[in-house]
Amino acid sequence: MDGKQDDIENIGDDHLDSEKKYKMIAENVSVFYDDVEAVKNVTMKFKERSVTSLIGPSGCGKTTFLRCLNRMHDMTKNARVQGRILLDGEDLYAKDKDPIYHRRKVGMVFQKPNPFPTMSIYDNVAAGLRLNGVKDRRILDEIVEDSLKMAYVWDEVKNNLKKPAIELSGGQQQRLCIARALAIQPEVLLMDEPASALDPIATQKIEETITELAREFTIIIVTHNMQQAVRVSDYTAFMYLGDLIEFNETKKIFTQPKNELTSKYVKGQFG
Amino acid sequence: MMSSSQKRAEYRLLFKQNVGGRLVVDKIMMGIVFGCVIAAVIPLGSILIEVFKNGISAISIEFLTQVPGAIGSGEGGIGPAIQGTLIIIGMSSMIGVPIGVMSGIFLAEFGDNRLGRTVRFFNDVFMEFPSIVLGIFAFLVIVLVLGHFSLWAGAFALSLIMFPIVARTTEESLKMVPMTYREAGIALGLKKWVITFRIVLSAAKSGMITGILLSVGRIGGETAPLIMTVLGSSQFFSGVDSPMDALPLRIWRMSLLPYDSAQMQGWGAALVLIIIILAINITVRYYFAKKSKKGNILSKLMGMRKK
Amino acid sequence: MSRQIPFSKRRLPTDKIFKISAMVAGSYVLVIIVLIVFQLSSESYPIWQREGLAFLTGSDWNAVEGRESFGAAPYILGTLVTASLAMIIGVPLSIGIAMFISQAPKYLSGPLSILIELLAAVPSIIYGLWGIFVFRQVMLDWVEYPLYEVFGDNVWIFSSAPFGLDIFSASVILAIMIIPTISAVSREIMIAVPQQQKEAAYMLGATKWEMFRLAVFPYAKTGLIGAAILGLGRAVGETMAVTMLIGNATGPSAFPQSLFQPGQTMSSIIANEFIEASPASLHLPALVGVGLILLLVAICINVVAHILVSRMLKVREGAINA
Repeated sequence: MDGKQDDIENIGDDHLDSEKKYKMIAENVSVFYDDVEAVKNVTMKFKERSVTSLIGPSGCGKTTFLRCLNRMHDMTKNARVQGRILLDGEDLYAKDKDPIYHRRKVGMVFQKPNPFPTMSIYDNVAAGLRLNGVKDRRILDEIVEDSLKMAYVWDEVKNNLKKPAIELSGGQQQRLCIARALAIQPEVLLMDEPASALDPIATQKIEETITELAREFTIIIVTHNMQQAVRVSDYTAFMYLGDLIEFNETKKIFTQPKNELTSKYVKGQFG
Repeated sequence: MMSSSQKRAEYRLLFKQNVGGRLVVDKIMMGIVFGCVIAAVIPLGSILIEVFKNGISAISIEFLTQVPGAIGSGEGGIGPAIQGTLIIIGMSSMIGVPIGVMSGIFLAEFGDNRLGRTVRFFNDVFMEFPSIVLGIFAFLVIVLVLGHFSLWAGAFALSLIMFPIVARTTEESLKMVPMTYREAGIALGLKKWVITFRIVLSAAKSGMITGILLSVGRIGGETAPLIMTVLGSSQFFSGVDSPMDALPLRIWRMSLLPYDSAQMQGWGAALVLIIIILAINITVRYYFAKKSKKGNILSKLMGMRKK
Repeated sequence: MSRQIPFSKRRLPTDKIFKISAMVAGSYVLVIIVLIVFQLSSESYPIWQREGLAFLTGSDWNAVEGRESFGAAPYILGTLVTASLAMIIGVPLSIGIAMFISQAPKYLSGPLSILIELLAAVPSIIYGLWGIFVFRQVMLDWVEYPLYEVFGDNVWIFSSAPFGLDIFSASVILAIMIIPTISAVSREIMIAVPQQQKEAAYMLGATKWEMFRLAVFPYAKTGLIGAAILGLGRAVGETMAVTMLIGNATGPSAFPQSLFQPGQTMSSIIANEFIEASPASLHLPALVGVGLILLLVAICINVVAHILVSRMLKVREGAINA
């Protein structure tokens, strides 16, 4: 594990897309639940317009880390975050900044689809826009349509936009949630096992959506499914017991991992 | 795709850039919300302060033990009222606790059917019956039939307030006893009633005691149903068949008298009553603080009480 | 397993007896409810026979023998007016309290819940005592007189000179008394809103207040309405504090005309007159009749409230991913 820090530094300097900038940088991030350290001093850099997968066995801290990137731990009463997270060079955890400033730049999709159950499909997508003061019906219509199209759910719902979101299938609900996150025009999209509650067909659709979205967004995705990581991501980070073990191009992680633990994990020998 | 990203940049420009306004609204709303808390705590503080301030001067050994003096004389005490309250609590518990516990056993152990659901629902509704109506009922079926006011009538009325609370708390506590306890009993070949009384009830004891204490705290302060049942008296206990005094009744009578001295005695009685009730509440909390993890049930139970 | 417990060897069908006695105890509540409704109906029968529906609409209240005449309309109205006013004041306050407690850090929410619960533990009679000797004067000086001076001439509800023992004081003290109920239930309901819903709102960049509007209120609406109705049920049945503060008018003058006028509620007239009423006259049946109306109103309110609250608390998780 001695070489860990070097691996991370190297990423992006000597391989594909080296012209891309870093969109988000996490520096020495630790997360504590009461006194338990769930994420230990993790440093990672995320390139713009790329997909990064966070993999690792359950309880390795990958979801906890992901939630830091959107300050979702602010609501967890016993959680404490240390370190810096920079979005375009600005620290998310700066004292004088309310989290709502950057939450609009960082969208999030959760493990279980969580549409607002009392709202229609349309209102779900428009909810974030209305918060941001968009009132013009034409603009709302346009962005809602656009977002639903980007999330590849438009064709299935375009005739029932007034239907309660709760009546959609699980996969459709999840893509609706992606659309809802996209509607606020974020620059980074965080996804916490977005396909774990879905059947294979819905999963495939979500993965297609992710691949498409990667042309424009910086996507960070937590996944249990290694095939999924291979299919959708450019970079993969392997975490274990709160430590970042290895972070590299997906291809390298899966074909020539440098760390023994990573190697065992990607070969399915534990986890 | 380039056009799409341009489009998104344009969309972003449509957003209200000034988030500060929203944050101000948020601060104001949260301020108002905090104000609500303050608005509720002020009366509580005022009540406690006034009762202690005014009541403490009335308190003396004589006040706690003597019968009331002549009206307006400022002499005598609230001995019979304290005695009456304690006796009524005891008698109501004698009726209310067994019925409540059995009813709770029914709900927890045999209540997973139509009758159970009906009983649970009406138990909850019955808990909210206006207490004065229960007083009228006790008056009609006991006082009117026997022809005189009596402790029994009051205790019966209060037991009607008590048993649904005990039933629900018993049910909740029994349900928290792990199934494995019952299975262990079955494996030993025990009968259901033995399992329930010997194993399950003793495991659920603390929850049930809490429920009983809560209901005692509740009936200790009840006034309305006592007006038409035990009536009030200025004598010490002379049998369960005769009228009796109680602290809430005494407070009521005193507060309506136009004499300062009587009002001071009213405050004194209020102080005694509030100390009894707070003591019960604090005991319950202390008891629960030790048996952690049951906070949820406690809040449920607390929510059940009224007045 | 040869060592059997001796009880189980007995031939008595003990478990059957056990089950039956549990069922009897469980059914006790149903029997009592039926008996109460029956008793109140039959004992108040003479007044319905005498006055008919006029008992609900009339306003005379005369117990003098030979000129007996009873109408409960002013008290029914008095109950409705005081309870509604208490709701108007108490519900927003309670929801605010529930909002605060549901999102406050533990070191604040715990002690605050205890304080609010203590508010529920204070007996009604002590609210009444505090009401007539402390609260009444505060209301007069700080609320009623200012309102009277500003609006007295123009707005009818603030007309007549305030006295402190009136409908308004009774309603405000009722509001204080229903706060613990409504806020405790509302808090439970707000906590039952799934965390994912709240996170969805925060994810969109919502402030706390916007999160409540977006995620909590729509989701919890039914339950919150139920909580409020539960509070209404308590306000309707509350007796002592109201009796001590409402001024106790009887007959036509008890019709609520201004908030600063003495009034009377169903429960307060029972508390005031019950022991003076002679069982031989129509006075007692009239009061029992008032009790019956009060009971039926309370049952309706509480049935509705319980259906709403339990539905909300049951739905919680299952709503999504159905």
